[in-house]
This record gives sequence, structure tokens and C-alpha cells, in this order.
Amino acid sequence: MIVYILCFILFLVGLYGLITRRNLIKIVISLSIMEFSVFLFLVIIGYIDAGVAPIVELSNQNVIYVDPLPQAMVLTAIVIGLATTAMLLAIAIRLYRKYKTFDIREINNLRG
Amino acid sequence: MNSLIPLFVIVPLATSFLIMILGKFINGFQKTITPLVLLFLTVLSFYCLLNNHSNSYTYAIGGWEPIDNIPIAIYFVMDGFSLILLCIISLIGFLASVYSISYIAKFTSENNFYSLLCLMITGMSGVVLSGDLFNLFVFLEISVISSYALVAFGTEKEELEASFKYQVLGGIASFIILFAIGLIYWRTKTLNIADISALFHSHETSTFDLFIQILLISGFGLKAAMMPFHAWLPDAHSSAPSPISAMLSGVLIKAVGIYVIIRLFFTMFIVSEEISLLITTLGTISMVIGVLLAIGQWDIKRLLAYHSISQMGYVVLSIGIGLVLLARGVKPTVATLAIAGGLFHMVNHAVFKGLLFLNAGAIEHRINTRNLKEMGGLSKHMPVTSGTSFIASMAISGIPPFNGFFSKLIIIIAAVQAKFYLVAFLAVFVSVITLASFLKFQRYAFYNKSEHRSTSKIKEVPFPMLFSMIVMGILCLAFSLLAFPGIREQILGPAIDVLTNPNQYVQTIIGI
Repeated sequence: MIVYILCFILFLVGLYGLITRRNLIKIVISLSIMEFSVFLFLVIIGYIDAGVAPIVELSNQNVIYVDPLPQAMVLTAIVIGLATTAMLLAIAIRLYRKYKTFDIREINNLRG
Repeated sequence: MNSLIPLFVIVPLATSFLIMILGKFINGFQKTITPLVLLFLTVLSFYCLLNNHSNSYTYAIGGWEPIDNIPIAIYFVMDGFSLILLCIISLIGFLASVYSISYIAKFTSENNFYSLLCLMITGMSGVVLSGDLFNLFVFLEISVISSYALVAFGTEKEELEASFKYQVLGGIASFIILFAIGLIYWRTKTLNIADISALFHSHETSTFDLFIQILLISGFGLKAAMMPFHAWLPDAHSSAPSPISAMLSGVLIKAVGIYVIIRLFFTMFIVSEEISLLITTLGTISMVIGVLLAIGQWDIKRLLAYHSISQMGYVVLSIGIGLVLLARGVKPTVATLAIAGGLFHMVNHAVFKGLLFLNAGAIEHRINTRNLKEMGGLSKHMPVTSGTSFIASMAISGIPPFNGFFSKLIIIIAAVQAKFYLVAFLAVFVSVITLASFLKFQRYAFYNKSEHRSTSKIKEVPFPMLFSMIVMGILCLAFSLLAFPGIREQILGPAIDVLTNPNQYVQTIIGI
């Protein structure tokens, strides 16, 4: 149970950073923290106590394997997360070139 | 027809990469191939729609057969409901790409634009076809990541800011959705929608399921810009290049937001009355507040974006009424009517809101401003733009004989028959305010005398842009035909069957 709570705390850390930070790069970092807490959660739900890596050996039938599907899912999700983060950072750098600052309080052309 | 299904994903995906590779060497390659490919997809999707006899067609990727009635492969499922979405995706995509031939010429790197457009269409087609939750998530990310890039395409201050905002909120939505998918996997140990549905229907609903449902409503509600989650939409939709605004407002929020909510809540979950009332309330709130926020806008594209929130509210509330009645198990005919109204309005909204954004783009193309106060007297110089935007404005405000009138009428009748009198009243009220708002748009943009500039030099926009606008204007009239019996059963009937009868969907996949 404790791992799930830690995972949730990590999620909240990310959310807190997202809400309170004023720097574009720190917002991106907070989003990444949230993202990885979700990935951790996905990996944890596939874990079975005393399970081993899911590489099937036909000689030994009594081995318990962990669930391989969440691992495959997380690998895909990490690649997607990489694309999102790269995109966010690219936009952040472009914003810096236009406004000469990373502070979101000064980047406020859009209202309403 | 089963073997045609993967074409909807593979063809635009291949086009997207071909453009990046060959576009550098062959002059004008991107401009020719994108409309041709999307025209092919439009013809294909309408062919499937007209030959669909209320069946679900499935395609198992890799050809893996189910073992002991447990599906192993990732499925593509094409039924009446996803076909309607496929048709509007490829149709609006085709018209937007034709429009872009002239519109995008002023930007650099046209290759990137067309490539991202094709990628976005790949993602949306994948979302509506996917029969597997995680696969759905992957396609959703493909379409939204390309839309992030397209919103920032102008790379000016506003575009970049809007794109950043959109990405942060879209990112949060994606994590919430992924978290919900993880929870569903934890509970059911499967990701196939049909399989999950069978498991949920054989067990009792627990509070755990309720938590998953709330998470999914917030996640996809963020993508669909329902009311408490709408902050990104006006910025993103007004900053994008106009054909992309038409795609985002016309198709993307439906395909990745509303479609998934409808699909999951009708087919996958056993919905309780509370959740369906929540969905109805969210729809009603976004309908009312969206239109109230739209009144004060002077930027045409922001005005249209706020109206998108409001019109999506109509769709969601109508679907919600259908869900409430199905959950109570009373008045199945009224539930069918409400669902029909919602789907019909969704199709209509794609056409008229797409057309309005294309009109806004045409005005911006000629006089380089989006501020209503700086326009005026355009009807003499741009007769086609003026005429088509008049048709679209009348359609969105619900004036007969245009399509918006019939769908709103069906929604209001369904609300009255289901005894949701307040909702019905609000729907009429919002429709009146919408009319007022669009009369303002018409008057300031096309009929007032301009005080700021001489209008004599303004010409009508080039032919490709005119072509798209005229076709959409005709469609605004033609889609009214869907309201009549006979045609309605042919087009909307299979979709409603799929939604009201989830067992059929489950049977097609598990029972092969």
C-alpha cells in the first residue's frame, strides 16, 4: 500500500509545482514529475509479489512472472512523454526569444 | 469491408511521411497529394457509410484470433457511430486542405504544415476506430501533439503563448486519462473495450468504478473543453491558422473528446443516474456560460471559439439526457430521440463552425485584422464570403431551413418529452443569444460602413478558398435532409443502435 501512497505524493508534488511555479522551465519539470508518477503507478500495478521478469522458460513451469503488459504500456507512454516534453521545451525556448523572459507573469498577451 | 478499415489510419500516416521525404525534391508535391489523399478517404468513408447495414466491422491487428473468447489482438472496430465521425473527419479535412493551398502560401515551411495536418487526421481516425483503450490513448496523443505544433505554427507571441497553455492543460488531461486507464487495467486485467464492458456488466458497480468514471469525465472533458475545463480553447482555436481552427473546432474536440466520452459511457460502463445527471449538468453549464462569454468578444475567431464551447454543450446535454433515460430504464423512444439530436448536432456543428472559421480566415487573409470594429462594408467586395457566412450564421443560430434548426429542434423536443423543462428553456434562450451574437458579427463585418480604411481595394479571395466555403455552404443546407425520416434511419440509425444496445458491440468482438 505504501508504494501507492508514495506514488500519489509524487503526483501531488508535480501538481503543486505546476500551480505555484512562475518559470516556464519549472512548469515543464513539474509536468514531467506528474507524468512519471503516473508511469510508476502503471509499473506497480503490474508487479506481483515474488514475481520474476516475464521471460518464459519452458523447462521450469512453477515460476511466477510479473505482468508484462503494463511494462509495454509504460515504454510506449515514456516515448509519448518524451515527445510532449520536447515540444514543450521547444515552445518555451521560442517564447524566451520573443519575450526575453521565462516568467509567466510577463507573458500575458492573451486574456479573456 | 473489414479489410478497408486500416486504410483510414495507414493512408494519411504514409502521406505524412512521404511529404516530409519527397516534398523537398518535387515542387508542389505537398499541395497536390494532401487534398487528393483526403478526397480518397472522404469517398471511402462515405462509401462505407452508405453500405453499412447496421453491423460492426472489426479488424484484428496482426491477425491474432481470440483464445477462449479472450481477445488478444488490438482491434479496430468500425460501426455506425465511428463511421459518422470518420466521414466528418475526412470531409472537413479535405475541405481545409483545399483551402490551405492559398491560405498557407504566406507561411514558410508548407511541408511541415501538410505533414502535421495528415498526422492529426491519422490520430483522429485512429481514436474513432480503436477498440482498445491504450491504443486509443496513443492515437489521441498523436493527434493532440500535432495539434500543439499546428497551433504554434505562426510562431508569433500569441501563437506560442496559446500553444504553451494548450500543452500544459492537454498534458494534465493526458495524465488523468492514462491514470484512469491504469486503474481500469488494475480492476479488469484487460484493455479491450468489449472485454472490459463484458466484465463490468457481469459485476456490480462499486465506488471504485465511480472514481474511474469521474477521472475519465475530467480527462476527456478537458480535451473536449467542457465548462470548468475550457480555459485553453479560446486561445488555442483563435491563434491557429484558420484551416486548422476549422479542424480543431470542427473535428478535433469531437473526435478526441465527445466521441470517447460517448463511446466509453454508452458501451463500456454501466452508467448510474448520478453520473449521467452530472454529464447533463456539465453540458448545460457549458452551453450557457460559453454563449455569455461570447457576447463581449470583438475578435472574430475568439467569438467563434466561445460559441464552440456553447454548441458542444448542446451535444453533451442531449447525450446526457439520453443517458439519464437509459439509466432509469424509462421512455426508450425519447432516449433514442435525444441521442439522435446530439449526434445530428455534432455533425452539423462540424460543418457550420468549420465554415465560419474559414470565413474568418478569408477576412483575415484580405484585410489582416480579426477585430470586428475595424471591419465593415465587406459584403460588396467579398460577396461569396459574405453569403456563405450568412448561411453559416443562420445555421448556428437555428433558423430554418438550415441544418442547425433541425438538430436544435430535436434536442429541445427530447428535453421537453424527458421532462427536463429548465434545460429545454435554457436551450431556447441560448439559441436566441447566439442569434444576437451572430447578427452583430454580420453587421459589423459585412454591412456597416467602414470608418477606418478605404474598402475599394479589397478583392474576393482566390478560388481554392472559395471552393471550400461554397461546398460547406451547400452542405449546411444539404444536412437538413438528415432530419427527414428515411434518410435519418439510414445515416443516424446504425449509430443509435450501437449506442443503445452495447451488447451487440461486445458480441461482435468477443463472440467471433
